Amino acid sequence: MTEVDARGASAPLLEVRDVAVRFDGIIALDGVSFDIKRGQILGLIGPNGAGKTTLFNCLSRLYTPTTGDVLFEGASILPRPAHEMAALGIGRTFQNVSLFSRLTVRDNVLIGGHAHTTSNFLSDSLRTPSSRATERELEETAADLIHYLELDEVADRPVAGLPFGWQKRVELARALAAKPKLLLLDEPAAGLNHDEVHELGRLIKQIRDDRHVTVLLVEHHMGLVMSISENVVALNFGKKIAEGTPDIVRKDPELIRAYLGGDAA
Amino acid sequence: MTEPAKSLDKVAMTPRPPAVRPKSAVGPIIFLVLLAIAIVLPFMVKGFVVFQLTQTMVYAMAILGLNLLTGINGQFSLGHSAFYAIGAYTAAILIEQAGMNYALTLPVAGVICFVAGFLFGLPALRLEGIYLALATFALASATPQILKLSPLEHFTGGVQGIVVTKPDAPFGLPLSGDQWLYFFTLAVGVVLYILARNLVNSRAGRALLAIRDNPIAARSMGINSSLYKASAFGLSALYTGIAGALGAIIVAFVAPDSFTLTLSIGLLVGLVIGGVGWLPGALFGGAFLLFVPNIAESVSKGLSGAVYGLLLILVIYVMPSGAAGFLQAIVGRFKK
Repeated sequence: MTEVDARGASAPLLEVRDVAVRFDGIIALDGVSFDIKRGQILGLIGPNGAGKTTLFNCLSRLYTPTTGDVLFEGASILPRPAHEMAALGIGRTFQNVSLFSRLTVRDNVLIGGHAHTTSNFLSDSLRTPSSRATERELEETAADLIHYLELDEVADRPVAGLPFGWQKRVELARALAAKPKLLLLDEPAAGLNHDEVHELGRLIKQIRDDRHVTVLLVEHHMGLVMSISENVVALNFGKKIAEGTPDIVRKDPELIRAYLGGDAA
Repeated sequence: MTEPAKSLDKVAMTPRPPAVRPKSAVGPIIFLVLLAIAIVLPFMVKGFVVFQLTQTMVYAMAILGLNLLTGINGQFSLGHSAFYAIGAYTAAILIEQAGMNYALTLPVAGVICFVAGFLFGLPALRLEGIYLALATFALASATPQILKLSPLEHFTGGVQGIVVTKPDAPFGLPLSGDQWLYFFTLAVGVVLYILARNLVNSRAGRALLAIRDNPIAARSMGINSSLYKASAFGLSALYTGIAGALGAIIVAFVAPDSFTLTLSIGLLVGLVIGGVGWLPGALFGGAFLLFVPNIAESVSKGLSGAVYGLLLILVIYVMPSGAAGFLQAIVGRFKK
């Protein structure tokens, strides 16, 4: 980790502080707090309706918490709009992939680099030197990531026709093009078979190590979360019910109860 | 996942493809050939045909503007006749009442239309699809009436419109008025086309495509979609406005009833004929817009509308995704 905030390398990258979300009387999240340390893979688990996606949407600023705060590198993200999250260093992928389907793999990855570059209609129309420099930088980053995620052979094909597993890699490449410090992955294992999930786990770890990103993994697939996360936070009915290393959380009686039904324990 | 990166060693060992993709030379060659033909053409045909070709290019520019909005950014407009009218009246008023050089009226018309388009684009942000179509429909319906309003009559000439002095070829060039305006329009058109193509192939243009394909994902990529969508409206209006200004200059006349909803729909038809999202398609759309009604009229004066409709259906049937898809299919067959 080269970049650290004023409080030093040991300060958490993301702090979720007592976040609550209510929709018309329904409590989707009820006072959830946890931290993510730099360089960590944190798994966020919980049964359907536990509030995982709601929390995820708060972190990417699609929702605003009713109460509580979310700090990124020590500063609240709540005053900022969703489209500033990428420039801040928070990248994401989507459940069931959400690509620019008519565009090529390369164009998708190029668009991923939008947040940390500048240009406008005038400079791009006139191909000014600064616009050319931006394009070169974006092209190099994209070529690098396309190669890194082994997408070379399909680089100039529209993403719409690609197999699902490939599309997930395009989405990872697009998210990495923004050079994120924190990568939010929304159920990346959904729709993949057993072998593909195993590969995905390796890929996420490899990305964390090579690209120095911190990962928040929201996932249904218990095996994936437990095998690659250093820390796990479990939610149920909008509340945090367990937190700790996979080994500790795995044995937590409340989590077992949440997954196996009320009377099992 | 099919074969993701196995390890760093493997990645390092595989030969690295060139960082920047090689640019194809076919596009520029076709462009230069067409340009050469365009330069020779006005010396081969009669004066009236030269005028018609000029009008085709003017329509093509207006369609290019609509394509930037609809084809590239995914926003729908039935109101582009309004921007065409604003451009045309700006040029006519500046030439006739302020005595401005006709060439200088184009950038003025462009800027005014950009501002008008941007301002219209702001409230349009809340509207999508057919609702946006209705809002822009209102714009198209209101424009001819506003131009006829008596408080504005001093500037607009009311129902009578404005007769515009037709410029002659400058610097003693041995060209007729129509030929000169043809080359003038060609030059403006080539510049506008190159600028649009540059835009679409770079960061800001890709942001427009991203918004079209997936607005939520675009926002997560850091694209300020409100700003981009309003700017796309402005840019689109700028293109159509410059086309309007050129239209006023070549026709040498503006009147409110030239800029009705029929023109908006005509531009939309031209967009679909050329191929939505394919920039060179504008030229096909412009030609269709100008020549097909004439052909229809030559077939039957009384039923020209019905013949036009039949021709339109025929063209859409033969090339359902416009000239773009049609040419793609032909090129695809040749490659096999």
